[in-house]
Amino acid sequence: MNKLILGRYFPGDSWLHRLDPRAKLLAGVYFIFVLFLANNWETYLVLGLFTFAVMRLSDVKFGIYLRGVRPLIWLILFTVFLQILFTAGGEIYLDWGPITISEFGLINGVYIFCRFVMIIFISTVITLTTKPIDLTDAINILLRPLQKLRIPVDELSLMLSISLRFIPNLLDETQKVMDAQRARGTEFGEGSLFRQMKTLVPIFLPLFVSSLNRAEDMANAMEVRGYQSGEKRSIFRQLYWRRRDTLSLFIMILLTTLLIWLRTEGGIGH
Amino acid sequence: MQLLFDSVTADYQLGPIRSPRVLRSIDMNLKSGSFTAVIGHTGSGKSSLLKAMNGLLIPTDGQIKIGDTVIKAGKNKRSLKKIRKQVGMVFQFPESQLFAETVEQDICFGPLNFGVPLIKAKKMARDVLIQVGLDPIILTKSPFSLSGGQKRRVAIAGILAMQPEVLVLDEPGAGLDPAGKKEILSLIASWHHEKKLTTVLVTHDMDDVATYADDVIIMNEGQIVMHGDKRSIFSEEKELKKWHVDVPDARRFQLRIEQETGVILPQVCLTVEELAEALIEVNLA
Amino acid sequence: MKPIVKVKNLTFKYDKRIEEETLSDLSFTVNQGEWLAVIGHNGSGKSTLAKLLVGLLEPEEGSICIAGLNVNDTMNRNGRSHIGLVFQNPENQFIGTTVEDDVAFGLENINMPYEEMVKRIGKALKLVDMYEFRSHDPSRLSGGQKQRVAIAGMLALKPSLIILDEALVMLDPKSRRELLSTLQHLIKTENITVISITHDMNEAASADRIMILEKGRIVKSGSPSLIFEEQLDLQPPFAERLKRELITRGGEFPENYMTEEEMVRRLCNYCLIV
Repeated sequence: MNKLILGRYFPGDSWLHRLDPRAKLLAGVYFIFVLFLANNWETYLVLGLFTFAVMRLSDVKFGIYLRGVRPLIWLILFTVFLQILFTAGGEIYLDWGPITISEFGLINGVYIFCRFVMIIFISTVITLTTKPIDLTDAINILLRPLQKLRIPVDELSLMLSISLRFIPNLLDETQKVMDAQRARGTEFGEGSLFRQMKTLVPIFLPLFVSSLNRAEDMANAMEVRGYQSGEKRSIFRQLYWRRRDTLSLFIMILLTTLLIWLRTEGGIGH
Repeated sequence: MQLLFDSVTADYQLGPIRSPRVLRSIDMNLKSGSFTAVIGHTGSGKSSLLKAMNGLLIPTDGQIKIGDTVIKAGKNKRSLKKIRKQVGMVFQFPESQLFAETVEQDICFGPLNFGVPLIKAKKMARDVLIQVGLDPIILTKSPFSLSGGQKRRVAIAGILAMQPEVLVLDEPGAGLDPAGKKEILSLIASWHHEKKLTTVLVTHDMDDVATYADDVIIMNEGQIVMHGDKRSIFSEEKELKKWHVDVPDARRFQLRIEQETGVILPQVCLTVEELAEALIEVNLA
Repeated sequence: MKPIVKVKNLTFKYDKRIEEETLSDLSFTVNQGEWLAVIGHNGSGKSTLAKLLVGLLEPEEGSICIAGLNVNDTMNRNGRSHIGLVFQNPENQFIGTTVEDDVAFGLENINMPYEEMVKRIGKALKLVDMYEFRSHDPSRLSGGQKQRVAIAGMLALKPSLIILDEALVMLDPKSRRELLSTLQHLIKTENITVISITHDMNEAASADRIMILEKGRIVKSGSPSLIFEEQLDLQPPFAERLKRELITRGGEFPENYMTEEEMVRRLCNYCLIV
């Protein structure tokens, strides 16, 4: 639970920390689309360098990014493996009955691997350098046009931010209940799977009950403080779009242009 | 049962984040049968000290000896089980750990975990429930259907049913009304004497310290800064002020009277009765 | 003194099938600038009264009128902003992820312009001495600090009435005393009325008036001295307890309630005579 890096914020004051969360979010989503433009080693090299540069800008140690990849490594390797097996073309290196490993298969496998890692790195960069609440605000503002389609964007983002606010409380409480039950002789992570499942009841039930109470208190507090869903509310948390935010989007467009140019120059597969 | 801490240092390791040391070379000797109050503001290390007594926080350095069982850095599986049976721990707002379908099942949970046979555990559940002042009729009820004060008693009964020799309590009266709080604390005090327990009580209320405890420990930033019998501790105003610790009402009133009249009372008064005696003794009333 | 709260024949029960009422036929008024302490055992209906006063529950019979507005009909957002409620558990009433975000929540709800919000939040946080903590995470604050932030959240809305629903109960005695004196100061400077639901007798003793609830009825209402003189089962503040101890030991003291000041003065005078 504590080893998960993706989704965690590292306080800091780097250039990236100071970017507007909307700019980061837009650029991040854009980057994932741009990745699909890459089709030869030159384009992958450019994207790799770009990712590396962004990571350096975040002032967060490289090791922390690697830890972000670790929980997903099996999923990545599995996909890479499938890619290698089912892509044909070019020279055949190994022909073993139904299993053939070809030149194109290997190259594609490497590409897929790079693509995965870059997506993880870039999304980790965003979450490491942006407070969750700022991301929520950015999502709220960027999705606002959806309100025209009667999607309750404000309510959804308030729900999201309240959930974020309760995560630390919930973790504390889990720790507390676990300690209390350990003091009563429960041993966690021991015995058969069935026994282990049974030890979870004394933890989840109290947590469930207290979360329900909490939710009721919270709803009362919100009502007393004048909250009514669907009514127009002003916003205290202001976001400021600065020059560097425009600049960051401009860099993304430059990157796209470069990629399109390198693509048409031709490479493997063309 | 004696509790012995020998330069115990401990901290929490939460993923990549290591908390600052929560206990810093604690040396402490709680004699068998003593009643000790632990005082200190939020974050002073009180809760960590309590957790260490129950093996919920393992020392990174030094050792803890409870009775003849030792806990130190490394694996302590067998001693942990033994210690948790001997040391009953009542957490703050213990009612939040209730989970079973019936009160009886909840009280039996601890004893069953420690290998007490079901029939014996059930009998014990009934006994402790009467001891905490509840009607055995509620044994078959759901703990969630009870009132706040009843839930608290059931939770405490669940600890007592384990028949601990050391009782560790973190603000057992928090959030209760004065009558409810007094009942709970007097119950604890009477078990302490009856069963010859070694009791450790964390509280913010100095009047509780004055009424129930014999000894006082004051904690600050993970260290024990004062430890002694309550009367000598509460006589050191300057030291107490340094650690932002209050004195009991009676002592506060005594100091005020002494300051305004210039008459010094013959002893350090901790309760209203003591103060009344002393005032009459020096002819102030 | 004009009454700001008028409660008339208030009756309420949670379960309509049960005969017994949680609150039955309650009538009382609270004056502008008054501090009323409502005391009673668990289950006396204290907390239900708090919920009715802020409109979280609807009375079965009777009416509640606060600052000229009937609570049940006009309980829209503007009506609500006249009344603040501070809950027992400081943990569960936070909505914002920082102190100032949380104070802002009530202001956002009445659609206040940004510049005005900034001013109000700054002022409210200064009133409760929490301005330095404005960008802190509320979950890292102590219990007393959390309640201060909750109170700032009310003050920012410039309420005429604040209801404390056992709001000081979970605090340690020291933070309780400090918060109490901050609140007493606020009442004077901001002209606020307080209804405090409590079982802390020291807090009740410092109120202007105490009202005792028992099984959903008002059994007594009056000044703290009157209440502590007549209700001998209530544990009075320390000075009065000392007086009673001294009387049982043959000391000569007046029968009526004595505050700590009065007690100290009397003992000092006695000393001079001797």
